[in-house]
Amino acid sequence: MSIDKNLIRKIAKLSRISVSEDDVKDLSEELSKILEWIEQLSQVDTNEVEPIFSSFEEGAELKKRKDEVADGGYRENIIANAPKTKEGFFIVPKIVD
Amino acid sequence: MEDITKLSLHQTRDALNKKQFSCKELIASHVKEMESSRPLNLFITETMDHAIKSAEISDNNIKIKKQRNLEGLPFGIKDMFCTKNIKTTASSKMLSNFVPSYESTVTKNLWNDGAILLGKLNNDEFAMGSSNETSFFGPTKNPWKSNGSKNYIVPGGSSGGSAAAVAANVGVASIGTDTGGSIRQPASFTGTVGFKPTYGRCSRWGIIAFASSLDQAGTITKNVKDSAIILNSICSYDPKDSTSSNKLIPDFEKSLERSVKGKKVGVPKEFYQEGISEEILNLWDNGKKWLKESGAEIVDISLPHIKYALPCYYIIAPAEASSNLARYDGVKFTHRVEADNINDMYELTRSDGFGEEVKRRIMVGTYVLSSGYYDAYYLKAQKVRALITEDFKNVFKDIDAILTPSTPTSAFEFGEKMDDPLSMYLNDVFTVPVNLAGLPAMSVPVGLDKNMLPLGLQLIGKSFDEETILSFASVIEKAANFKHSPKEWWKNE
Repeated sequence: MSIDKNLIRKIAKLSRISVSEDDVKDLSEELSKILEWIEQLSQVDTNEVEPIFSSFEEGAELKKRKDEVADGGYRENIIANAPKTKEGFFIVPKIVD
Repeated sequence: MEDITKLSLHQTRDALNKKQFSCKELIASHVKEMESSRPLNLFITETMDHAIKSAEISDNNIKIKKQRNLEGLPFGIKDMFCTKNIKTTASSKMLSNFVPSYESTVTKNLWNDGAILLGKLNNDEFAMGSSNETSFFGPTKNPWKSNGSKNYIVPGGSSGGSAAAVAANVGVASIGTDTGGSIRQPASFTGTVGFKPTYGRCSRWGIIAFASSLDQAGTITKNVKDSAIILNSICSYDPKDSTSSNKLIPDFEKSLERSVKGKKVGVPKEFYQEGISEEILNLWDNGKKWLKESGAEIVDISLPHIKYALPCYYIIAPAEASSNLARYDGVKFTHRVEADNINDMYELTRSDGFGEEVKRRIMVGTYVLSSGYYDAYYLKAQKVRALITEDFKNVFKDIDAILTPSTPTSAFEFGEKMDDPLSMYLNDVFTVPVNLAGLPAMSVPVGLDKNMLPLGLQLIGKSFDEETILSFASVIEKAANFKHSPKEWWKNE
């Protein structure tokens, strides 16, 4: 699978990462190489195989907590690392005109 | 008492309990080693004052005979674990000012058992790398050097700082994380013991997420017994991690005395690969011989899908990473590049805050999850993962553990593999399959290669059977009698 420059621009957009035109060329080469190598998976016959998404212990169910408030009230802690806040809110550039 | 930093964790614990030195003296010695090891670039954040203060509490507990499992023992922690009110960076520019308001479960368990934090150790950015070279704060240097060479070599990764600290006698042990070999590979590169428990043994809560279905905390220590002692403290059921196991946690220290007589050890034929050195093959043969001499039986096994483990991993891990790292958007976590509109702000922040390898993986992950490619890549990889897991299950019907080399080579020089991501990925060929199947595994140092650099053997166990690999590791450790240590060149720099 070759990843051309347009596809790199599209992936970068989806990834929310800005890339310069110089980077587009390098990334196109690097990602093409990686994905070509990954292509070898197509040699494996997986027609009858059920995928697994986690190696969590077989047969065990994911443990769920009761759907109730157990903790909270940390507004100050939650915004403490934000680059910009005001009156307990995150501040972002204007979204709606 | 001189050189108390050279003692292992259990030796230090015994000496503290016998009052051969105080915890205050112990911490002072380790702080001195921290200072003289700065040329190695081990720590991103040092917490010496906190350590010195904590020593007083531990001395008092020992005095009143109320010592806990790890009372007074100094640890370095990989900077992937959130530590309350102490900067936690994941070695990324993106989090270079992040100060968590909470403590990870694994580190909380350590402090509850009396361990003392020396500082936060360097790693590859967001744990993505096998050489420590992707750290925003510059790489840790391996305390070892090739015989006769002045060149620095990599400590491995991503837990490179954790492994190098133990090899340099800074802290009695370290904690790391292992997503595809990030504990075992650097342990092998630094002549230390690295242990990754079964997926679910340790809580992932408060560990900065890389690939959530693969990430697992573990130990880097000077010997096998030390890792068993720490496992007793860090393993726990945690309701805050839905994949944390509530299976009974055994006394791991006791399993060290277990006999391996009559047990069966598998040797997978697929691990005899092109490019694997003669020296590693010889050490592997030694490992088999030692286990045989202790009464274990060596069995040839086959894991037919194992050769697909690495490409499979390089779909799954980036896919999960692209999702996990979406949260770093310039809104919640410290780093932001200002822009007029929100999309530019996101894109510029992420472009500036992430390093090359992290961006590469986010993009690969985004691509394999994107509409039209999901089935061909992501779903395909999860099916191959099922086959690899099945391969392990099949062989474990007849055997108790698997013995392999930990890495295909010893540690390499800086820059050697940085230009070619694929050659870097190939370094994890022996460790990655274990994470895909969620199994416990450890690396034990067994010898030096012709350049006088350490090499390790890997033991892989059944799910939740850490005890068996600990007993095998004990046998190998005793027989290998690995007593080498690096020359302390960093003290003269």
